[in-house]
Amino acid sequence: MRVAVCVKRVPITGGRIVLTADAQAIDTQHLGFTISPHEECGVEEAVRLIEANKGESVVLTLGPAEAIEQLRDAMALGIDRAIHLRTYGREWDGEATASALVEAIRADEAAEGRFDLIFFGNESADSGGFQVGIRVAYALGRPCVTGLKKVTVEGTSVRCEQEVEGGRDVYVVPLPAVLTVKEGLNLPRYPSVPGRMRARSKQVTELNPQRPEPRLELVKLAVPAGQGRRAESLGAGAAAASAVVDVLEKAGLV
Amino acid sequence: MTVLLIDDHTEVSRQALTLARKFGEPQAVALDSFSPFAPDALAAAIALLNPSALFAAGTERGNEVMARVAARMGLPFAANCVAAEPGDPVTVTRLRWGGSLLEEARLHSPRPLITVAPHTVSPDNGPPPAQISVDSPDNGAFVVQVSGHVQPTNGGVSLAAAKVIVSGGRGVGSKEGFAIIEELAGLLGAAVGCSRAVTSAGWRPHSDQVGQTGTKVSPEVYIACGISGATQHMAGLKGAKRIVAINSDPQAPLMLNADYTVTGDLKEIVPAISAEIRKRR
Repeated sequence: MRVAVCVKRVPITGGRIVLTADAQAIDTQHLGFTISPHEECGVEEAVRLIEANKGESVVLTLGPAEAIEQLRDAMALGIDRAIHLRTYGREWDGEATASALVEAIRADEAAEGRFDLIFFGNESADSGGFQVGIRVAYALGRPCVTGLKKVTVEGTSVRCEQEVEGGRDVYVVPLPAVLTVKEGLNLPRYPSVPGRMRARSKQVTELNPQRPEPRLELVKLAVPAGQGRRAESLGAGAAAASAVVDVLEKAGLV
Repeated sequence: MTVLLIDDHTEVSRQALTLARKFGEPQAVALDSFSPFAPDALAAAIALLNPSALFAAGTERGNEVMARVAARMGLPFAANCVAAEPGDPVTVTRLRWGGSLLEEARLHSPRPLITVAPHTVSPDNGPPPAQISVDSPDNGAFVVQVSGHVQPTNGGVSLAAAKVIVSGGRGVGSKEGFAIIEELAGLLGAAVGCSRAVTSAGWRPHSDQVGQTGTKVSPEVYIACGISGATQHMAGLKGAKRIVAINSDPQAPLMLNADYTVTGDLKEIVPAISAEIRKRR
């Protein structure tokens, strides 16, 4: 079995987002970075599938030189090798990201064989475009199921559970397929020290796709005005309990 | 010129309709045109209508079908917009980071595809759109279709619909530490929530997580215990009416974004609140 997972490097924003002076990006000088949360579960699922079925798992990302960190993180968890589509500074829109990934996937499949499954996050944590995985699926002519909380390979098909109001909808589609997943699909493992060591020597293929002019073009970012809450202190420690219950009583809860 | 709305018959679709009217007189295609739900078939049928502009609610399904139309038609797509103006290019304002950032963008497309972020646009009082029916595409488009349903397993109060939520963060300290959170929730008939740090540590199931990648909640009262208030968490709290924050750090972002705060050790404060409620009953 061959499984691919596509991830995105995003900053860990913490409590307050600060923008760069030109309002083109988040000021990340003092921030750490991570794989977008939904995709962490995609990585874990890919690793589990290959542990159970044997074969090969590949992680892909489109991002700056530093995105090698996220590829190493994924390989530390058990992904076999990585493909890095390098970018240089400016953001790529979802359409351009998808076409570059399609080209990289086609080239890898021509050399190594078809991916039975390709995982994406349902949407990225930062730009939240809700489209890259779906675009890749259509370009490859494969079925795509989105927003998944459970994935079970059953022979030549895959059973998918999608979270909806009042439970989960089930889809069964033939392999090969493209699946977009959500956090909660599984509980991703922590990387082990030997895993980190092994990741250092795993293969990373670097590609340099050309950035087309985006058709969804970022002009500038802005931090929305606050919600206008003015915190009223009810005091400190257990002595404040009575004031808290007053608030709950006023809300008709006690 | 056909402006279309993918209509899920909710308030959010009426908000999408309001933005759509700037682009022409919208007609509506039902999200449930095919039953059970078949998102690829719906996208194929909509693409055949070749709309000059297409709008939908920025819900999971609205975004999904729109992305499928975008992929089929080879067009760009702007998700979760709060504003849109026709022109060449179309200008939009859209949400990033689950609503923690706004992006001003240009959509260079002869046929704009736009979803509207829930509860960000005031619906107008204009007439409802004419409903049009769609033709069934070929059978291949029905490969992706709902074939079953699984009922939720947890019998507790649903987080998304809860009127009151008592929620715990890293400050709760452990899985066992949630006993005092559950006790208070039980007294208030509340749902128990938590932050992402808690589910990542395995203290609570992901179904309890409030936030950008968890559940978005809209309770009357949200009691946050030992939660710092990262943007990931706050993105799930935009619909909360009143927020009570309990934290040892008075400068924690959630303490600065709450309506009421208590500073101190939640392990003393939460049981004291439960005791006070029992006393008054």
